[in-house]
Amino acid sequence: MRRYLPLAVVGLAVVGLQLALQAAGTVYYLTQLTMAAFYCLVSIGLCLLMGYAGQLSLGQAGFFAIGGYVSAVLTTLKLDAAEPAARLLSSLGILAERRDAYENFLLGVSPWAALLAAVLVTGLVALLVGLPVIRLKGHYLAMATLGFGLIVFRVVLGTRLLGQADGIGGVPPLPLLGLQVSGGRAHRVESYYVAWALVLAALFLAVNLIHSRVGRALRSIHGGEEAAGALGVDTARYKLATFITGAVLAGVAGAFLTHYNGGIGPSEASSMKSVRYVAIVAVGGMDNLWGTLLAGALLNFISLRGYLGSYDDAFFAVILIAVMLFFPDGLLRRARVGRREGG
Amino acid sequence: MSLLQVRDLSHSFGGLQAVSEVDFDVAEGGITALIGPNGAGKTTLFNLISGVLRPQAGSIRLDGRELAGLPAHRIAALGVCRTFQTTALFPRLSALENVMVGRHARTRAGYLAGLLNLPWTWAEERAIRRRALSIMEELGVADCAGEAAASLSFRQQRLVEIARALAAEPTVLLLDEPAAGLNLHETEELGSLIRRIRDQEITVLLVEHDMSLVMDICDRIVVLSYGRKVAEGTPAEIQGNPEVISIYLGGNHV
Repeated sequence: MRRYLPLAVVGLAVVGLQLALQAAGTVYYLTQLTMAAFYCLVSIGLCLLMGYAGQLSLGQAGFFAIGGYVSAVLTTLKLDAAEPAARLLSSLGILAERRDAYENFLLGVSPWAALLAAVLVTGLVALLVGLPVIRLKGHYLAMATLGFGLIVFRVVLGTRLLGQADGIGGVPPLPLLGLQVSGGRAHRVESYYVAWALVLAALFLAVNLIHSRVGRALRSIHGGEEAAGALGVDTARYKLATFITGAVLAGVAGAFLTHYNGGIGPSEASSMKSVRYVAIVAVGGMDNLWGTLLAGALLNFISLRGYLGSYDDAFFAVILIAVMLFFPDGLLRRARVGRREGG
Repeated sequence: MSLLQVRDLSHSFGGLQAVSEVDFDVAEGGITALIGPNGAGKTTLFNLISGVLRPQAGSIRLDGRELAGLPAHRIAALGVCRTFQTTALFPRLSALENVMVGRHARTRAGYLAGLLNLPWTWAEERAIRRRALSIMEELGVADCAGEAAASLSFRQQRLVEIARALAAEPTVLLLDEPAAGLNLHETEELGSLIRRIRDQEITVLLVEHDMSLVMDICDRIVVLSYGRKVAEGTPAEIQGNPEVISIYLGGNHV
């Protein structure tokens, strides 16, 4: 099972990094590393879509935002226990009580039910957007997905339910097997491990996929859609499935980060975020999961630490241009084929 | 008996009538050639049969079953596979992986099975690899299995592309100018390979400009010009057909 070896390496690196930061007394870095992990999920999904299947999406931030906002809205509802809606949700066992800053009890949807809803809504939107859009090729697909991202951004900014420019705050932590995903200092280490466990799970699925019959078909679509179709590959179906996979990963990432940060704002839906995800996959070497992971962890960490100041977005745009100019096949390419043939 | 029946097939691009009311039959187990000058509509005809293009009018029947209007992947699953004029190997895949993609229509591990690496897919995956390798061995290209498709020689690319199409277990194999770019010796090898393919009970339809190859291996020839069928017959009949001679040599030789 040589294909899983890099997974073990990543797992050890995650543990090693945490121990090293602990020893160095700089555990506060874990906060940015946790957030970077969630952003990595988006890039892993995009790596499958763009790197392997060869379909460029400039709308991943839209899916991230949909996941985040669905979670945020549902978990911050202020229901009255007497309302019929509240009674219905309560009978389904998916209501949760929380306390606001003034110690008032509030009723909202429980985080796990909200997460499930976030996944379903993201997947459904991806299906509805993907059905017509995924037929488009190259620049046209990029423009259509860019348009989708812009729509999500403007809808978020214009909708009162979504907090408009302020976003949504007061999102409760996500409880998980006695642990908690939240930004509070007490939960910093466990949140870090939950985030990276999620990344490892996504990588596990992605590694499986790219080594499978379907993964080979995806790479053949990248290499030549006509030829792939003529060999029996249902190109439309696989492209759509990968589009939805990428969107759902982005939606999960959005929901988790929203719980971690205790809220979400419209900047998460901006197309500059989408450009960032594309830049990360490009730096990572396009059809290279491990490169994408490395680039995602590193670049997001640098950005989240604020080292780039207000040039944050410009930095990612410059990286993207530079990679396209000098390494159009991606920066971190690996010595291919010889190794891949065995996989 | 005819395995593939093309009737009244027409297709135009804007104002250009690329294929116009073409009728012909491809006999089961034979080698049929489509010939004609450049722009006669041969490749368009291939694209219509293989589903790369959707015919605007007419019918294409495989063993009585209508293919016109089906998407390419369904047509491949029904047993019509092809190679392309400019070799269309997937450049980022190894030669072996290219041939393994050819097994796609004959295997079934789906998206979820792939994501979860379900154990039942392991045996299938091994079988795909074994079968692909054995076809490459038959065609004498097994030694380049691990190489990137883009780094293969022209001759190897052609053979790997044919191996890839054979991996799909076609009943009808469409070869689009398989000899283009090959030297005399390689073309001879190709001719005997096509015969061997026919001997495996695979019906072959090819587009080819190399007339000595066509006359040598084909049972029947269909001649197209400006999108229309102008002649059909055995190689001997076609060689003596005045209309064909005039198409190839100019109008005054009749």
